[in-house]
Amino acid sequence: MFAVQFRRDWLSLMRSRDEAINPLVFLFLATTLFAIAFGGDARRLAGLAPAIIWVLVLLANLLSLEALFRRDFEDGTLEQLLLLAEPPFAAVLGKVAVQWCVSGAAMTILAPAAALLLNMPIAALPTLMLGLLLGTPALSLIGAAGAALTVGLRSGGVLLALLLLPLYLPVLVFGVSAVLDRMAGVGTTAQFYWLAAISVAALTLAPFAATAALRISVEQS
Amino acid sequence: MTLKKQMETASRRKGWSFGVGGEPFGGKPKALKQFWHRLGSPKWFYQMSGPWQTTFVILAVLLLVTGMAWGLAFAPPDYQQGNSFRIIYVHVPAAILAQSVYVALGAAGVLLLVWRMKMAQLVLENLVGFGAWMTALALFSGAVWGKPTWGTWWVFDGRTTSTLVLLFLYFGLYALRRAIPAREAAGRACALLAVVGVINIPVIKYSVEWWTTLHQGATFKLTEAPAMPASMWAPLLVNVLGAYCLFAANLVAKLRTAILRQEQGAAWVREWVAGAGRP
Repeated sequence: MFAVQFRRDWLSLMRSRDEAINPLVFLFLATTLFAIAFGGDARRLAGLAPAIIWVLVLLANLLSLEALFRRDFEDGTLEQLLLLAEPPFAAVLGKVAVQWCVSGAAMTILAPAAALLLNMPIAALPTLMLGLLLGTPALSLIGAAGAALTVGLRSGGVLLALLLLPLYLPVLVFGVSAVLDRMAGVGTTAQFYWLAAISVAALTLAPFAATAALRISVEQS
Repeated sequence: MTLKKQMETASRRKGWSFGVGGEPFGGKPKALKQFWHRLGSPKWFYQMSGPWQTTFVILAVLLLVTGMAWGLAFAPPDYQQGNSFRIIYVHVPAAILAQSVYVALGAAGVLLLVWRMKMAQLVLENLVGFGAWMTALALFSGAVWGKPTWGTWWVFDGRTTSTLVLLFLYFGLYALRRAIPAREAAGRACALLAVVGVINIPVIKYSVEWWTTLHQGATFKLTEAPAMPASMWAPLLVNVLGAYCLFAANLVAKLRTAILRQEQGAAWVREWVAGAGRP
């Protein structure tokens, strides 16, 4: 079920690539805005770079989460998915996995480029990438539960941000502090363990929450 | 056949329907079970809770008046902070309630999602405002106290930040309920969000406390004696208990109003209104 869902979502996403690419463009656009707003002051930017990149990753992730269940909800696929005799756990996980590939994983690969725009030291880039790799699955998984709750609502976008950003806070704290500690020359193992723990916990619990939320959203429509 | 029914049949066939049926309190004494089931009935709650409300209101007024007068006028001034420390008599009860109310919302959320208890929905709908106000009061009183003591209105340290995030979580619950037109669906969506929030609160709390923290530790801990003399913490304890009674009084009063509004078509409400308030 996981593989089927993954394949289907992957194909449909590849055939309408804009949806996947736009959040990544947003990441770079907003990074540039920050650089310009700080007047290109390279020294100040370097200190702020981890915070800027992580916050933008959270926001870009929100942008791509909004569409996660939207189309399936509108054309009725979601209803059929919930009616299957098989629990929708694996299918939800498949959808989230595709979303992660084009948001979390893609951002992990692209973040160093954005970080260099902000003049972040090259030695800190692997830490940034590892942090993103461990932390973004939690963002996608928790985000899926939020997206499932707001899928049928008109004001879904802003509401999604309001619901999810407080829950994203721990990932942000550990992700940023890992890079800052690396730049200060302190060990960063603790932050990586925390990020991994949060992601594993999200992987275990969030699909259940997302499934329950989908049922609520589908029942009321 | 509606979708809801289809899904219910589907879930029954697979046997992954939670709750209902079964015996949640199999071996427990019968009285407790009966009380539990009755608590889920708005009618029973309405008819029983009149005296509860009076009791809580009287207790809250007594305790808060005593505690405030004692704390603000009679407790000794702090040797370092002088009289400005007295704001803890407002700040600490508000902060404790801010967290307790969210935990209560999470508990109501579990009751609603698992047992579909009617009263849990009413609790979820009527508790968010009170919790948000308490959180706002804790933040505001903290800012007023922070200015003379820390020299600043606001600091992003562990405890203040986690309280601020708590306020955002309350806003999220409020916004979600307002955004969903169907009442039952809104209740269940909020229940789910409250449960997810309760699981997340400890993680949020520890992640922000991880940053160097300026705020002092909790005033009351279950495991140790407080670090201040009894003449200072005794009024605080009275205030905390008073705040809990205020919380209970507020909740019961709101629930009673909400029940009347929800059940306005029911025969027992008409009889009650016709009988001029004598059930």
